[in-house]
Parts: sequence; C-alpha cells; structure tokens
Amino acid sequence: MQNMNLYSRGDKLFVYVNMILIGLFTISTLYPFIYIAAVSFSDGQAAAAGTVFWRPIGLTLAAYERVLSEPLFWSSYKNTFIYTFGGTLVSLMIIIPGSYALSRQNLYGRRFWNLMIAFTMWFNAGLIPFFLNMRDLGLMDSYFGLIIGFACNAFNIILLRNFFEGIPESFEEAARMDGANDFQILTKVYLPLSKPALATIILFCMVARWNGFFWAMVLLKDEEKIPLQVYLRQVIATLQDDEEFGASLIQSVYSFETVTAAIMVCSIIPVLIFYPFIQKYFNKGIMLGGVKE
Amino acid sequence: MQTSSPNKVERIWRHLRSNWQVYAMLAPTIIWFLVFNYKPMYGLQIAFKDYSIFRGIDGSPWVGLEHFDTLFNSDQFLRALKNTFMISMLSLIFGFPVPILLALMFNEITHHVFKRTAQTIVYLPHFISTVIIAGIVITAFSPSAGIVNALLEWLGIDPIYFLIKPEWFRPIYIGSGIWQEAGFSSIVFLAAIAGVNPSLYESAVVDGASRWQMMWKITLPSILPTIIIMLIIRIGNLLEVGFELIILLYQPATYETADVINTLIYRQGIQGAQYDLAAAAGLFNAVVAFVLVMTANTISKRYSRTSLW
Repeated sequence: MQNMNLYSRGDKLFVYVNMILIGLFTISTLYPFIYIAAVSFSDGQAAAAGTVFWRPIGLTLAAYERVLSEPLFWSSYKNTFIYTFGGTLVSLMIIIPGSYALSRQNLYGRRFWNLMIAFTMWFNAGLIPFFLNMRDLGLMDSYFGLIIGFACNAFNIILLRNFFEGIPESFEEAARMDGANDFQILTKVYLPLSKPALATIILFCMVARWNGFFWAMVLLKDEEKIPLQVYLRQVIATLQDDEEFGASLIQSVYSFETVTAAIMVCSIIPVLIFYPFIQKYFNKGIMLGGVKE
Repeated sequence: MQTSSPNKVERIWRHLRSNWQVYAMLAPTIIWFLVFNYKPMYGLQIAFKDYSIFRGIDGSPWVGLEHFDTLFNSDQFLRALKNTFMISMLSLIFGFPVPILLALMFNEITHHVFKRTAQTIVYLPHFISTVIIAGIVITAFSPSAGIVNALLEWLGIDPIYFLIKPEWFRPIYIGSGIWQEAGFSSIVFLAAIAGVNPSLYESAVVDGASRWQMMWKITLPSILPTIIIMLIIRIGNLLEVGFELIILLYQPATYETADVINTLIYRQGIQGAQYDLAAAAGLFNAVVAFVLVMTANTISKRYSRTSLW
C-alpha cells in the first residue's frame, strides 16, 4: 500500500512537470507570432526602439494603412491566390488521372512507369538545368510557367496511387458490370472513396503554393506577377540593407519593422483561417505519407 | 514463336483499344516528368561543356572535367561543401531528438483539451512560409528593434548584431528550424506510439511500474524501429539543407559559416550566369545525394525488411 502511494505521488509529479514543459514549448512556439502581431500594431518609433514585447506599444493601424495603400501588396496578394488555387487545380488534373492509370494492374510498362517516377525522388538535375529548361521552354515570367513547372511530383503520385491500389476490387467489378468505363470508374467510384487521400494532396499542394517563394523569385521578373512571399522578401531585403547602416529608418508613425510585421500578419491570416479545416487530415496524411513503392 | 507473334500484336492492340482511356490518363503525367524532370537531366551535360546561351546545350563544346577541376580548387566550393555537412550534421544532432521527446511527452498528457490545444499550436509553424520565418528572425534579432537584444540589454549585456556574426548564423538557423518543424515531425512518432500494444502497459502497471519507467522502458523501445528509419532517412537527405532560409538570412559577412552548395549555385549560376560551373556543382551534389539515399534505402531494407519506398 505504501508503495502504491509512493508511485502515484511520483506519477503525479511526473504528469505536472511534463505538462509544464509541454506548456513552455507551446508558449515559445506561439510567442513569435504574438510578438510579430504586437509589432505590427505598434507605433513605428516604439517598434524601432525595441520596446515591444507581447502587446502593442502606442496602438496604431498606421503600418496596415501603409501596407494596404500599396498597389503591389494587393497585386501580389491576388497573384498568390492565382498560384495557390490555379496551381492546385492543375496539379489535381495531372495527379489524379495519372495515379489512377498507374494503379491499374494490367497497365503495359507499369513497372517502368513507376520506376521512372520514383527515380525523380532519388536523383534531381538540380537548380541550374531546371532553370535553363524553364527558360528554353519560354516559361519565364509567366503565370502558366510557374503553375505548370511545379504541378506534379513523385511523392503525391505515389501517395494517391497507393491509396487507389488499396480500394477493394469488388467496387470496380460492380461498376464494370453496370457498363462503366475507366473514366467513370475514376470519377464515380474511386474519387468518392478517396476523400482523405485527396484532402492530403490538396493540403500539400496548397501549402507549397501559398508558401513557395524561391522559384517565383527566380522565374518572375515582372513585378505585376510576383506572389506575396516574393513581395514580402523584397520589403525584408530593404529592411536588412537598411540595418546594415546601423539605424532603422523611422518614418512618422510606422517604421520598416511595423510595416514588415503587418505584411507578415496579412500573409499568415489566410493560413490561420484554413488551419482548423486542414488539421483533421494531418494524422491521416502523415500515415499515408509513409509511402511504399 | 512465329505463330504467337501476330497473336501478341493483336492482343496488345485489343488491350489498347479497350483500355485507351487509361493510357490517355497516364499521358499527362509521363509527359510532365519527361519535360520537367528528364529534360533537365539531359541538360546536366553542360557540367562537362563550355556552355554558352547562344550555342545552346547541344552546340556548346565539351571541356571534360574542367569545371570539376575548377570547383575542387576553389576555396568557395570547398567551404560550401564543409558548411553543407556542418549545418546538416548540427541540425541532425540538435534537431532529431526534439520531436521524439515531444511525442513521448505528448503521449503522457492525459488532459485531452490541453493536449489538443498544445498540438494544434506546435504544428502550426510547419505551415508558415520560409519568408515569414526569416522575417520573424530578422525582426527579433535586429540590433536596435529586436526583442532578443532588448532582453540582453535588460540583463546588462551589450547588443549583438547577430545576423552579421558568422558564429551566430548556425545556432540561429538550426534553432529556427527546430522551432518550425519539431512539432510537426512529432506526428510520425506519435503515430508509432499509438501502435504500441496496450497489454505491455497493463502488465507493467500490475508490476507497479511508474509512468516515468513505462515511458523509457516500454514506449521508447517500442518506437525504436520508427526512430531508426527516420534517422536513416535524415542521413540519406544529409545534403538537402533548406537553402531557401539561408538565402533569406545570410549576408556576405556570414558566408563563412552560412554558404552551402545550393546557395553558391544560386549566386554563381542564376545570379552570376556561370551556368556550366554551377551545374557541375549541382551534379556533384546530386550524385553524392543519390549515393546517400540509395545506401540509406538498402540499410533500411535490411533493417526493417521493408523498403522506404
């Protein structure tokens, strides 16, 4: 009996310490967001002097007014939506039928096609040949180029193909008896049964598009076409250059710090809005992500 | 043999006629991989050529291994190679255990709402763009406006301009990587923990084991195969340093510790238009990465009798 009590007291301590540690980790994950939000609503002078900790100092919307009055902010925001939704749609139009075809047992050259796709996960030509290829194809500086050039990848194809392969054959046989062709089997039988896998792929595509900046920065020269992340990068670069001279420019009620923070907040908000919807697919997605060829 | 040949042709023809939709569906995928993955692989030959834009890939003259010779005699390339390995290894050493610990700790939380809230928050940074991560880092570590220096000042320490100090680059880079990915990476270990046989815990409770003991003696050993596989994958991807964040954070003052192969390729190739030399650096990177990945896959096959792919 004595022993039992001792253990349970130890367990209690363990549970509390554990909770406190997780709590601290959680707070330190959350803190940078709170900090950035606080900076974005702060007075430029206060932010530039480093007095903002967790709440806005000299509450003002000046930074947001400055950001929202910038035409480039709006055009880049619009472009991000085009790349995110257009890109995801094009990706699905390639990935879904391709994965279906590769899941057919009687497909000619099935092993060859699968190996050809899987090989791209192991060997990659690298930045320069990809860049030169995009240029030679005339896909620089175009919405279409950025969308089609990153529409597909081996991981998503294998993920969906594996899911399709796991669908019992009886479903397909029943549809064949009713005279369905492959296109109908895909749209009427497979897709309704594949919601978790599709949600995962849509999630991956959208997150990659929303956050992508490197290739957008490299391939797009026309400012009218750049997405939000490239615009934000330009603003941050100005901030950084400025800091190299040791002083951050203070411009009336907003500063570079508050303006950058305001753009960051504007960029995070859509992610936060979508986040609760996508959250339930994390676990499923990760489990599906344990792909096997 | 002779008689079966026309039969076979006819069979293929019939198969294609009745399954043409399948091949039509396959076509866009195959064409996409040919155009955007295999055509660049063909273009890799410029690593062995004196590439000029006007002559194109096929028309440029061969120069053999000249570019590789240049690379291995260049301090910049050797420095980038060293930095790539250093940053990868340090990220592995400091970053790899964190998600495992998080998963073990999350598993011990019995308060459902607390657990769910904490998980929701720690997964979030994974979905945040690299540019924003860089923006947060630059703002927080700014010498005049940043919170970090404000804290140092409060402690009576002189402000440090972290982002131009080579010795601070790696800690900041690795730290922000852990902040962004540790939470999300814990999911795979939590999934492994969910698969542990509950009867192990039941008999441990009967034997009077504490939760602490069960965590170390049952949970951790049970997820060891997952840990080892994840470790092998990480080692296989050793050359894959997240260079996007480096491009956003480094400056000429910190190249010494920050410049990796891909950032060098970006500067010399895309910004400096030395395509052939940069492609050679990329080819070297890709070949080493390929060998690492293949080795990792072979080891994991032997270890778990299942391939990673």
